Amino acid sequence: MHRSKIVSLNYSSKMSGEIVIQANQLTKQFGDFIAANSITFEVYKGEIFGFLGANGAGKTTAMRMLCGLSSPSSGQATVAGFDVRTQPEEIKKNIGYMSQKFSLYEDLTVAENIQFFGGIYGLSNKHLKAKSEELINQLGLQSAKGQLVGSLPLGWKQKLSFSIAILHQPKVVFLDEPTGGVDPVTRRQFWDLIYQAAESGITVFVTTHYMDEAEYCNRISIMVDGRIEALDSPSGLKKRFNVSSMDEVFYQLARKAKRSDN
Amino acid sequence: MKQFITFVRKEFKHVFRDRKTLLMLFGLPIVQIVLFGFALTNEIKNSKIVVLDYSKDNVTRAIIDEVEASQYFEIATETKNIQEVEAAFKSGKIKSAIIFPSNFGNDLLHLHKAQVQIIADGSDPNTATTLTNYLSSIIQGYQQQHLASPQSSPEARGNSMSFQIIPEMRMLYNPELKGAHNFVPGVMALVLMLVCVMMTSISIVREKELGTMEVLLVSPFKPLLVILSKAMPYLILSLVNLIVILLLSVFALGLPINGSVVLLFLVSTLYIITALSLGLLISTSTASQQTAMLLSLMGMLLPTMLFAGFMFPIENMPLPLQIISNVVPAKWFYIIVKSIMIKGLGIASIWKETLILFGMTMFLLALSLKKFNVRLA
Repeated sequence: MHRSKIVSLNYSSKMSGEIVIQANQLTKQFGDFIAANSITFEVYKGEIFGFLGANGAGKTTAMRMLCGLSSPSSGQATVAGFDVRTQPEEIKKNIGYMSQKFSLYEDLTVAENIQFFGGIYGLSNKHLKAKSEELINQLGLQSAKGQLVGSLPLGWKQKLSFSIAILHQPKVVFLDEPTGGVDPVTRRQFWDLIYQAAESGITVFVTTHYMDEAEYCNRISIMVDGRIEALDSPSGLKKRFNVSSMDEVFYQLARKAKRSDN
Repeated sequence: MKQFITFVRKEFKHVFRDRKTLLMLFGLPIVQIVLFGFALTNEIKNSKIVVLDYSKDNVTRAIIDEVEASQYFEIATETKNIQEVEAAFKSGKIKSAIIFPSNFGNDLLHLHKAQVQIIADGSDPNTATTLTNYLSSIIQGYQQQHLASPQSSPEARGNSMSFQIIPEMRMLYNPELKGAHNFVPGVMALVLMLVCVMMTSISIVREKELGTMEVLLVSPFKPLLVILSKAMPYLILSLVNLIVILLLSVFALGLPINGSVVLLFLVSTLYIITALSLGLLISTSTASQQTAMLLSLMGMLLPTMLFAGFMFPIENMPLPLQIISNVVPAKWFYIIVKSIMIKGLGIASIWKETLILFGMTMFLLALSLKKFNVRLA
């Protein structure tokens, strides 16, 4: 079922063709170390863009620059039409973010978490109330509304976390290894949410380690040692490397890497 | 503004849901006041003393020399009038004074009886008691050695005890020598330091550990506001704690606040901000709650206990430690609170200490904010 969705999404994104993220020769240097080396790519509206790479390949650095958390050493990038260098505050209003660590407050209830994160994005009380009602129903969390988030199973937490990240209807949502430590069934359910978001016009920028997840993306880029070594749809990449799975594509590219973690 | 309130409300929820920490926060001052209620022994060395000699005869000269020669005292100045003695006490430079009335030597020789007055700063009761005891024993020693000297007949020796110097002792500021006077400001310095430094650093580092900090930084909520809203609950809790300590000391220990309560609260708020900036500084240099806690405990609690001056008199420490004590904010806060609460002094007498504390706060705040921003870049 996911296959068919991908095809249709791919089609619609190419139809709209509106560029949401554009990176041009984006570089981040820490002393002698070039974490992200002149990366260039475009992401279209409503697209699910996978960002792959071994640990230390520079994924997080690139993502931090796009989120306005870190300023590029050289090159340009725009997110949702705003320059990462000069308009980080505007960018922050238009993006959602979910970190690889589970990032909700465990000592607050489901409703309180929704209220807090909605609140800091400046949603009005009325709007927030309607939204949180809708979200709780959608996730089937009615019975758990008043429960502390810490007592929920990890899968639910992650889904809640994602829903909160897109609560304010951002143009782009950045997901940094969102499904770490979750079982395959929950991971699939999580991806259903991602598809829903993409269908509603939210662009999804996702980093991952799981190759089955890479298959779910419309297009993926693979970073090796700070550079983007490949960028295409999963089927395109498999064709180019003449292999049958993304695992093999990734392996062929990643083994060329000279640097590892740290 | 609405976002700020949302944030502060969330912080309060964190605080109130963590019952154990909350209990510790409010149990701590009570436990400490009880604990520190027991007397602490102090060793005295080269304590500064002021001498006012109206008599200026051989006997007073000899006694002053004895005082000077002892390891316990160091004569700061010899003054001519009582106002100067008072001023010296207020400045906090001296801990005791000895006053010889006019005709001291004559009285002693002819009336066989003379009075000497010993004044000690009672806001530090242990030190004060020890000082007066040392002084009277020096005087008694002089009496036995010189006034009963064997150059006279055995008859005279028998009479020796009729030459009497009667030391009259007076405690300034704390006439009943209540220990509470001394340790209440100390507990205040300690508790506020502990609550603010440890709690802020832990609460900020916890967000880092949980990964929520990243989410907050990616949100349009300003990083500076994150810090402010995290510090806010602890500022308020600390003020509540301050009130609890003061109420305890006034009603349970019977220690009045002699100076201005408003001034006391203002200075305490300044001290709380000093501690909050320290907490922030710790949180920017650590990544785990344990490290933050350890750093706050080792880096803050210990120096505060050692160098604030309420457990161990700073003037008895070796010089390097005395110098180190100057960078401990609690030392200055302790001096200020003692001056306001016990001596009843106003801003005119404590502006110097307050200024030092203010400078420290600005420095720490600037440093930690800078570090915090660097981390973002």
